[in-house]
Amino acid sequence: MNGTDTKLLVEPIVDNNPITLQILGICSALAVTTKLGPAITMSIALTAVIVGASVIISLIREHMPSSIRIIIQMTIIASLVIVVDQVLQAFAYELSKQLSVFVGLIITNCIVLGRAEAFASKNPPWPSFLDALGHGLGYSAILITVAAIRELLGSGTLLGVQVLPLLEDGGWYEPNGLMLLAPGAFFIIGLMIWAIRTWRPQQIEKPEYRIHIVHRTEAG
Amino acid sequence: MEHYLSLLFKAVFVENLALAFFLGMCTFLAVSKRITTALGLGLAVIVVQTITVPVNAVIHQYLLAEGALGWLGLSDLDLSFLGLITYIGVIAAMVQILEMTLDRYFPALYQALGIFLPLITVNCAILGGSLFMVERGYNLPESTVYGFGTGLGWALALVLLAGIREKLKYSDVPDGLQGLGITFITTGLMAMAFMSFSGISI
Repeated sequence: MNGTDTKLLVEPIVDNNPITLQILGICSALAVTTKLGPAITMSIALTAVIVGASVIISLIREHMPSSIRIIIQMTIIASLVIVVDQVLQAFAYELSKQLSVFVGLIITNCIVLGRAEAFASKNPPWPSFLDALGHGLGYSAILITVAAIRELLGSGTLLGVQVLPLLEDGGWYEPNGLMLLAPGAFFIIGLMIWAIRTWRPQQIEKPEYRIHIVHRTEAG
Repeated sequence: MEHYLSLLFKAVFVENLALAFFLGMCTFLAVSKRITTALGLGLAVIVVQTITVPVNAVIHQYLLAEGALGWLGLSDLDLSFLGLITYIGVIAAMVQILEMTLDRYFPALYQALGIFLPLITVNCAILGGSLFMVERGYNLPESTVYGFGTGLGWALALVLLAGIREKLKYSDVPDGLQGLGITFITTGLMAMAFMSFSGISI
């Protein structure tokens, strides 16, 4: 593995994260993160689909007429998602019920189509594989972190195991119900973006208007 | 009638696709900088959603569901695993047809919507609407109301957020929160406000 390969794999995890920087694939990142278990399943499902789709699209990139490439890519992605969905229903029925429509929504997850269009359709299979895996891991990292925070603060458990003893069972922790609701997810991702951008200041967006403080001697 | 009214209310406010189910978030965050563009996109989503959800409901009911092909004498055939690929195909085709129709008969509206029309194909609110319709087993009139309601709810949330962001750009936001971060926090506060509809049923 040389330098470029490592860069392809590692860069999307923090420096060019699909969720916090590229604004891709946010729907599922918010929706399936009330508990850690479904979030891990979703991460594995998405990583499998994105790696499969990128490699297949990269293999046939020379044979795809550019006018119908989007529909070909959609068909490949949709077929892979159907496979993943059927596997989940066969071997983890309870989890697939919890994930509800969100496995199907991997089809319209912009990370998958975005990588297929921007990278895999122009590069050979091996770099495409690494790039897809990197983006899958970047997505998984955010998903799992958000889910861990929400499950820990919202119900005091991690993967269903009681970590913080609840008040109602004689412990000391009063669960924060907001964490399990929709607004909690938005706040956590917003704060995570703040944390990441404080750590990596080059990701900060330029404000459209700079507030200029006018001293009273200049005014007039 | 009352049943449909309550379904509409639920789809617009209580189960708002953007703020309660996080659907269509990418477009929601990316295209909410100005009210006029938000209005255009919202209108397009309402139209596409009102057409695709009932069409997918008919396809699901008469072609894909278990035993749906009984009229062909194939009553034990279950094609529901083909659902995902069919729905996304229908959505892509509908968007294409709508685009051509608008271009031919309403060029002004076509110009105004511009790039947003083709982008609707990959908006997860549209596919999500169809998948929820299947999961909850709505029939044709119910799915029409549901499609319109979810489209309207999504458009409403988008225009509201655009209104807030137009004012927000004049405020002094900490560097790290600039842009995406503060938008997330704002959306969170909006979702909290929408939660106050949750106890209401007509």
